[in-house]
Amino acid sequence: MRFLIDIERRRDPKDKPYIQSFIYETEDRGHTVATALTWLNSIRDLKDTEGNSAEPIEWDRNCLQKKCGACAMVINGKPGLACDKRLFDLGARITLSPLKKFPKVRDLLVDRSIMEKNLVKMRVWMEGNASHYESVKDITYDASRCLQCGCCLEICPNFYDEGDFTGMAAAVGASRVLMEMGREEGREAYRTYERSFYKGCGKSLACRNICPAKIDIDRTLSGSNAVAVWKRHIKK
Amino acid sequence: MAINVIGAGLAGLSAASTLAETGVFVNLISLKSPYRAQSVLAEGGINAALDTMGEGDAPAEHFADTIRGGVFLSDPDAVRGLTDNAPHIVEKLLEMGTALNTKDGKAVLRNFGGQKKKRTAFSKSSTGKIIMTGLTDLARKYEAGGLIKTFFHHQVTHIDIQDKKCKGVRFFDVYTNKEYYSPGPVILAIGGYNGIFPEMTTGTVYNTGDLLADLFDEGLVLSNLEFIQYHPTTVGIPGKRLLISEAARGEGGRLFIYKDGTPWYFMEELYPDLKNLSPRDVISREMTKAVSRDDTGDTVYLDLTGISPDTWKGKLSDLREEVIYYMDLDPVKDHIPVTPGIHFFMGGIYVDKDHRTSAEGLYAAGECASQYHGANRLGGNSMLGAIYGGSVAAGAAIRDAVMEKDIKTDPEETGIVGKEFLSERKVNADTAFLIRDILLSGLGIIRNKEDMEEALGRLSELFQREDLTGAEKKRIQLGRAMLLCALLRKESRGAHFRTDHPERNDEDFRKTTVARITDGSIDISFEDIKEVML
Ligand SMILES: Cc1cc2nc3c(=O)[nH]c(=O)nc-3n(C[C@H](O)[C@H](O)[C@H](O)COP(=O)(O)OP(=O)(O)OC[C@H]3O[C@@H](n4cnc5c(N)ncnc54)[C@H](O)[C@@H]3O)c2cc1C
Ligand code: SF4
Ligand code: SF4
Ligand code: FES
Repeated sequence: MRFLIDIERRRDPKDKPYIQSFIYETEDRGHTVATALTWLNSIRDLKDTEGNSAEPIEWDRNCLQKKCGACAMVINGKPGLACDKRLFDLGARITLSPLKKFPKVRDLLVDRSIMEKNLVKMRVWMEGNASHYESVKDITYDASRCLQCGCCLEICPNFYDEGDFTGMAAAVGASRVLMEMGREEGREAYRTYERSFYKGCGKSLACRNICPAKIDIDRTLSGSNAVAVWKRHIKK
Repeated sequence: MAINVIGAGLAGLSAASTLAETGVFVNLISLKSPYRAQSVLAEGGINAALDTMGEGDAPAEHFADTIRGGVFLSDPDAVRGLTDNAPHIVEKLLEMGTALNTKDGKAVLRNFGGQKKKRTAFSKSSTGKIIMTGLTDLARKYEAGGLIKTFFHHQVTHIDIQDKKCKGVRFFDVYTNKEYYSPGPVILAIGGYNGIFPEMTTGTVYNTGDLLADLFDEGLVLSNLEFIQYHPTTVGIPGKRLLISEAARGEGGRLFIYKDGTPWYFMEELYPDLKNLSPRDVISREMTKAVSRDDTGDTVYLDLTGISPDTWKGKLSDLREEVIYYMDLDPVKDHIPVTPGIHFFMGGIYVDKDHRTSAEGLYAAGECASQYHGANRLGGNSMLGAIYGGSVAAGAAIRDAVMEKDIKTDPEETGIVGKEFLSERKVNADTAFLIRDILLSGLGIIRNKEDMEEALGRLSELFQREDLTGAEKKRIQLGRAMLLCALLRKESRGAHFRTDHPERNDEDFRKTTVARITDGSIDISFEDIKEVML
């Protein structure tokens, strides 16, 4: 099948973006957006559909198996991982653009540094030893899988790059440590969680079904809200 | 002054946190943030003789298995430190809240290749990801405290070595192209060199090996480059090899091939002792032999149908999801066709037991360094080696450095890297595939003199091409060194098997292969290893 891929491009953050289109052909149903981008970039003299020479397309990736979160972008209008989205599921015409909530770098590359800063702000680290209650094991395991891809932030009505609200990506991280930390050690982190996440979250859960790691957001939040906001004790 | 740590995988994070713990300032410089490191892909687990399963395991047995698995090429002193410290490392991970599988607060252990006792701590089949989450938290704590300064999305382009002394490191921000120089000691934790075999390994795209090639070109000594681990159970997916973790066999998976129409569980018949959990080099070789017989089919299958529903749910649910997604097969009832794929590099930067390289003030740890795994790495020993090695390298760097602890200098901005600089550093895809194919023709699972010599000839020819970039030339040099190491090791041992020298030859080759560039030409020699009694 022949896929027409429209890519929103810019050479510099300050540049006005433009759309450049490319053709990718395959019969392999396993091929993803990542496969197509890799192939396009392997051509020395890449040409767009109009026959113009094109610079290699800049995009981020590393694992190619949905485990590193690098390749998040907007695919046919929705945030997702390029190595997860199969071309045959997307249709013959595909649009790719960079995540819009983050500062642009070049082409599909964005600067997600704010996510790291928010994890620092949220105090996502352990103070003291972990509790190891088997009752929270499933949640902490699940939350440990967060890829920091940013898809949940892209879709969140309340998150923006320079804002105070940290969004779900930091809350998922916080939920793990909140549930493993002792009351005394956790005090500061509880306050930050309440201030920087809980109060700002509209709880619409628009972010619920977008997570490529399929983290159970409801369960995670019910755990961290209970500990940090409602100050409930965790049962062993 | 600060110590510069390059790379934010398990080894880099471990080094950085160990330094910060003692109050030393760290510049943590990495092309990718920890969330993107290859370490997050590690699946099956991490070894430690914790003996929580009541089998009477002990670090001495872990030591012996590691030495045997590496076929006596590992540095015994280094391995002793590794295996003695392993229980403490896993216990510390648990204290940090790392979500490993536990029972009553103690790590549950599983069977892993090359080891008879249950010794591998795990978190389902996502152990690397879960441990990375914990170590990233720890580094973040020190970052918040001002001891670690992070430079993610920064690529290192040059280690400044003068008169065999490391003076500092040059790197640039790949988002803005701003270039920096940071003086002081450097710990390299840059991972394996998967990128030399694009699309053919289980690893990540950006562990290209180009910095390793730069360092080799600068005169840094490398070792054991001929030892490449082919993992027996991988499958091809777009752009790479997908690993089916050894955990699948640790929990009861079996390999078979059809012989005269019926399943032949060849590993069980040929190796009644360790069976499907024999060392990886042994299994990969037997698989290669099995498919080339006249009376067998051409596909080896992994049979996981005997695994209990509880084990699937509690220990392998993620692996099952992965197989269903990528292969459209449900391993609970379907057999998975598997082939060996490149997975790990035992060789790399030559280091002593304290992780010092051949240049003063320069250290290396993790998969980029070579000393724990000898001729073949045991599954579960690599994460351990990365975490332990990172902390040992940090310790050595602190001991060696003449440092004023409280004074910190930030990296200095030195300009903007230009287009020309970047294109000189590029390895074009077509050249990369060409180098890969030549290397594969000589450095497969089963090797011989003719193939290796032919590959060397083709690389020399390629080297003459006039349109090569600087990075392409250096990659070819590194490839040549790998081939030369293999050609000169005229024996078979671990992952290096030659049909023209099928026997192990301890007298001449129980030695470390040492590669260096002197006056522009590659020089290979063999260095003695301390005796070891098991
Ligand atoms: C699929 C898979 C499964 C595995 N399973 C297991 C297992 O179950 N048990 C086990 O023990 N081992 C396992 N391994 C092996 C183990 O994961 C790795 O050997 C180990 O994690 C390597 O860690 P590292 O810190 O050395 O390198 P990496 O995690 O690869 O990190 C390298 C770092 O260096 C950075 N870097 C590279 N080049 C540059 C540069 N030029 N400038 C700046 N930064 C740079 C990268 O961005 C990255 O942050 C597995 C490996 C794979 C691929
Ligand atoms: S629930 Fe709504 S407001 Fe809260 S993080 Fe998710 S998308 Fe944002
Ligand atoms: S919670 Fe899910 S969507 Fe959000 S950053 Fe983590 S992995 Fe991505
Ligand atoms: S490349 Fe790692 S998630 Fe897509």
